[in-house]
Amino acid sequence: MSAIHCHQLCKTFHQGDEIITGLDHVDITIETGEFVCLSGPSGSGKTTLLNAIGGLDTPDSGEIRMGDLRIDQLKRGALADMRLHHIGFVFQAYNLIPVLSARENVEFVMQVQGVATAERARKANAILAEVGLQGLEDRRPAQLSGGQQQRVAVARAIVSQPDLVLADEPTANLDSVAAAHLMGLFASLNENHGATFVIATHDKRVMAYARRLVKMQDGKIISDEAQ
Amino acid sequence: MAAHRLHFSVLLTLSWRNLWRNHRRTGIMLGAIAVGVWAMIFMTALMRGMVDDMLNEGIHNLPGHIQIQHPDFLDDPSVANSIAEPAGEFEALLQRIESKRWATRIRVPAVIASERETRGINLVGIEPAAEADVSGLPELLSAGRFLESRKDSGIIIGAKLAERLETRLGKRVVVMSQDPDNNIRERGFRIVGIYRAKLPGLEEFNVYAARDTLQQLLRIEGRVSQIIVVGEDYRDIEPLYRQVRQQAPADLQVRAWYEIDTYLATMFNMMDGFVLVWVIIIFLALSFGLVNTLVMAIFERVREIGLIQALGMRPALILYQILMESTLLLLIGLGLGNGLALATIKPLESGLDISVVAEGMAMMGASSMLYPKLTSSDLLLANSVVILLGVLTSILPAWRAAKLDPVRALNST
Repeated sequence: MSAIHCHQLCKTFHQGDEIITGLDHVDITIETGEFVCLSGPSGSGKTTLLNAIGGLDTPDSGEIRMGDLRIDQLKRGALADMRLHHIGFVFQAYNLIPVLSARENVEFVMQVQGVATAERARKANAILAEVGLQGLEDRRPAQLSGGQQQRVAVARAIVSQPDLVLADEPTANLDSVAAAHLMGLFASLNENHGATFVIATHDKRVMAYARRLVKMQDGKIISDEAQ
Repeated sequence: MAAHRLHFSVLLTLSWRNLWRNHRRTGIMLGAIAVGVWAMIFMTALMRGMVDDMLNEGIHNLPGHIQIQHPDFLDDPSVANSIAEPAGEFEALLQRIESKRWATRIRVPAVIASERETRGINLVGIEPAAEADVSGLPELLSAGRFLESRKDSGIIIGAKLAERLETRLGKRVVVMSQDPDNNIRERGFRIVGIYRAKLPGLEEFNVYAARDTLQQLLRIEGRVSQIIVVGEDYRDIEPLYRQVRQQAPADLQVRAWYEIDTYLATMFNMMDGFVLVWVIIIFLALSFGLVNTLVMAIFERVREIGLIQALGMRPALILYQILMESTLLLLIGLGLGNGLALATIKPLESGLDISVVAEGMAMMGASSMLYPKLTSSDLLLANSVVILLGVLTSILPAWRAAKLDPVRALNST
């Protein structure tokens, strides 16, 4: 799996009698190893595009390809498998499963993937140490700060080395120190692990880390520039 | 295979921990399941005990498990419809019956008269030694002695009949009946024993005398009314029934207890259906609570379900996880309910005195002591119904959780 190709993606939502345009004939290609920020005001279509690429939402029309795979044509089970094996997600909030410890949250995806217990534990401990959470492995999410929770979510998103990490407003609930730490982590993981990052944000501090900035408005891409 | 084990492990972890997220709700639901299961098992054991008692009493007191008799005896139980005492090859065949518990009886309608009263009775001529094997008559004696031989000249009557006749042990009574030529035959007997039956009605009606003595009185030497064969358990007499039918002479009729006493047979057949209906009714009451618990549990973690979908958990695994949660809840509830039922049934094994409603019980043919009877099949039925229907009931909420749209689920408040 490598590059993402979106061609003429359209998506509308119904809110009462009103029809809202989420994506309006969006064309975008994201190459392997890129660090892309999708920016724009609320309702510009960043999250909708992210959800479509991640197979969480289905476009009304258009194509999404990940390598040779037509994501928009996959059924629910196959989409789940694709997310499990190729995509890591980091959401704005409520990122962790509350009944599992930090380590178990990190191990969760690997466990569903069928990774053996010893290997899971080794990888989870290593990645938690890498994101600076050594010693907090057995804490439940409620016992961690917002920044620590986000770092656990990041660790979970990248522990099985997915081709693509999708992050939706990952710093929205973090203070500036925690946000800077998280973005530094993203950048380092992008460089060291070669993972492709697509981050939806309207936080300028996050955009500063991007090597490619895609601006959206009213469901359309209005600019796409390398930084 | 290894992946399936890992899936099972992660599903089990999630299910178990989710179950205890809301201790109070889970505790209340467990309490409801435990009480429901206890009610299923305990009440079934009481009903089964009552019906079993009625059947055992009813079958034991006269019909036996299998009867061999004249084809017309059931329609006209007169002395004219008697059969020859088993002898020769037929007797040898009866001796080869596995249970070896058989006896001949004479049964005729008769009249008994004391110094003060006269009553209609069922006069039963028995072989004392064999009778002890086929019925519990000797154990029912409350006063006096049992008949000592086939030629004993004594008579045994019920306590209730003695009361009605205003007579007692050691007094003489006169018994009258008809011989095969319809001549009235009568004879005086001394009361040598008084018995007390669990069913007071029987005490008034059945009077026992020695078989050969009655043969002589009724002029039917060498003849009896019926041959009684008894197996180990009235529920499992088919092999014995087949064996006796094969070996009995063709001119005799062989009948099982359920063909002779259709009331008891109906009770027996109805009981299984009644237990099933009872178990299902209790389960239906439980199922509302179960579904409500699951729906609430799912409603509270819609976002979490969206999250695990986003992380790549297949809808089928989400369905299994919810079902596993429900199964764990049911299994714990079943464990508690079974334990509670066993703990309450065990102390009542020696019998529950319900003599305050003895007359009503007697009308139904049951005694005033209730012995709860817990059978493995009833236990299996209650547990199977709860677990199978419980899981089935959980499928709809689990399926709805699995079908949640991940984006909507993640955005839900």
